[in-house]
Amino acid sequence: MSKGTLFDKVWDLHTVGTLPSGQTQLFIGLHLIHEVTSPQAFSMLRDRGLKVLFPERTVATADHIVPTENQARPFADVLAEEMMQAIEKNCKENGITFHNIGSGNQGVVHVIAPEQGLTQPGMTIACGDSHTSTHGAFGAIAFGIGTSQVRDVLASQTLALSKLKVRKIEVNGALPTGVYAKDVILHVIRTLGVTGGVGYAYEFAGTTFEQMSMEERMTVCNMAIEGGARCGYVNPDAVTFEYLQGRDFAPKGADWDQAVSWWQSLRSDAEAEYDDVVVFDAADIPPTVTWGITPGQGIGVNQQVPTPDSMLEGDRVLAEEAYRYMDLAPGQAIAGTKIDVCFIGSCTNGRISDLREAAKIAEGRQVAEGVKAFVVPGSERVKQQAEAEGLDKIFLAAGFEWREAGCSMCLAMNPDKLQGRQISASSSNRNFKGRQGSSSGRTLLMSPAMVAAAAVQGTVTDVRELLH
Amino acid sequence: MSQVKSIAGRGIPLVGNDVDTDRIIPARFLRCVTFDGLGEQVFTDDRAQAQRTSEPHAFDQPQYQGATLMVVNRNFGCGSSREHAPQAIAKWGIKALIGESFAEIFFGNCVAMGIPCVTAAPEDVQRLQDWLAEFPQNPIKLDLEALEVRFGHTSVPVLMGEGARNMFLSGTWDACGQLVAQAEQVRQTAARLPYVAWS
Repeated sequence: MSKGTLFDKVWDLHTVGTLPSGQTQLFIGLHLIHEVTSPQAFSMLRDRGLKVLFPERTVATADHIVPTENQARPFADVLAEEMMQAIEKNCKENGITFHNIGSGNQGVVHVIAPEQGLTQPGMTIACGDSHTSTHGAFGAIAFGIGTSQVRDVLASQTLALSKLKVRKIEVNGALPTGVYAKDVILHVIRTLGVTGGVGYAYEFAGTTFEQMSMEERMTVCNMAIEGGARCGYVNPDAVTFEYLQGRDFAPKGADWDQAVSWWQSLRSDAEAEYDDVVVFDAADIPPTVTWGITPGQGIGVNQQVPTPDSMLEGDRVLAEEAYRYMDLAPGQAIAGTKIDVCFIGSCTNGRISDLREAAKIAEGRQVAEGVKAFVVPGSERVKQQAEAEGLDKIFLAAGFEWREAGCSMCLAMNPDKLQGRQISASSSNRNFKGRQGSSSGRTLLMSPAMVAAAAVQGTVTDVRELLH
Repeated sequence: MSQVKSIAGRGIPLVGNDVDTDRIIPARFLRCVTFDGLGEQVFTDDRAQAQRTSEPHAFDQPQYQGATLMVVNRNFGCGSSREHAPQAIAKWGIKALIGESFAEIFFGNCVAMGIPCVTAAPEDVQRLQDWLAEFPQNPIKLDLEALEVRFGHTSVPVLMGEGARNMFLSGTWDACGQLVAQAEQVRQTAARLPYVAWS
């Protein structure tokens, strides 16, 4: 049993009591909602005659279904329009702040909460979206939940949860050139497996994470869930505080000084006890690409699709399914694989630093013939910042499309979809069968810079060949 | 609220590791404001693909129609937190799941819906899946009190976390009422957290 970790401290501070089942009733400091997983929760509240207990602690936006080309209302998709009207109505009736399209504050829920300073160290955060783990980058404990639990948080600002174990994932050393935060988390998941984290919170520690920016830490924590861990976090430090200071909802004045000292007190103790510790060396991490149908099926960009005899017996059946679905043969080099579509965006890699890294590769080059490449900023603010820096012009000149903010082709609930058996290079988080909108579409996950490299070369390419 | 102590009925084996919630219910079916109608769309892309092979998907095989217990393998329900996935499975008719392991958010969603998910050893899951393929018309029984699944003339042990199991046995799996009843303690907890005063 862990002791003295940030997870233990935040859990204890937010414990309301023990339920008859033995589970903990945990207070949720910040509740984020969006249009897909909340309408049924509001209906359940109405059915039970319940009210939202702390409307000021829930914040809403629309991201999953919003079109990224024409955002004029009503949407062409009547079902999407119905969902927009539902969240507008539910927020209005319950006194919940809603960051609507065109407000300047709309975007992917896991992009807008950090950029507004809503996400803070030491908070518990819940959202009806599995990538809520993103917010752990600030030293918050953030859970993805289902719709019945969205109802519970609306009605009581609490959740019934069993405590997780804590695994420290320590990565040390400087990242080699061309290796990004995305590669680190893909490498961790590839090594520990997609079920390795079940029952655990992942604490990302060590000098590699200490040297990362907040946006890089968000990329890492975002994909903790792909490793099976319901939440992941980084202890808050000077980088965290510097990012937060001055943001809309960050504490101000005397509150700021009190906040910093409280946040520092929440860091895992030097003598903290963990349920498990795993150590990696940053120098061993290559630019990483997935070849299969789970985020754990990854390899270095210069490696070959693994052969069944190189893997554990329990992984072979899924590998066979992946070879067939992806139409990739064991032993085949992944570099050189032809790409049809390139997607840069998502809650994993749709922030300004991601767009900057991709633009460095795109600048002065052209998207390869026959490749459709598009960039979807994570939020309206990210879009505005990118345009202020001229990144949109770099992408457009290179032949990329420049879109409005939303989740887009990460999960393809809006019009952005793969067609037929198209294969995408994607900066998103899931390469599941059918994930990007075509039931036979194929996805290769990689860093935004690697996606840009694939776009200009038309094939999976080691980004280091294009960096000077 | 109803206690869930045992579930009896016919079973359906769904073989495969890491079956994610996008496969259970593809995102295009999430464009809805209710959970109605999801039962017809469950596993829709997997089922369409299986139609083109020699073996239809288990959910389309006649001998499994009307099954109420689903037997799955490792890491079932991974990926997206969408409750639409267990809702779709439940609306198809499933009342309990037995598997090697479950993804955590999927498991939590099932508890909140009153659908127990129990785990069993991989070899026991395979035995049960093989048995169901051979005797699809014979009933099986998941007993949460004895923590076992009975089928034919045998049984295998199953596991479930104590907290979740207590919620089913005592009929408190829908935690909402209990959580709401503690509103005063919730306010006291909130008042002790410094950040609540900052915003």
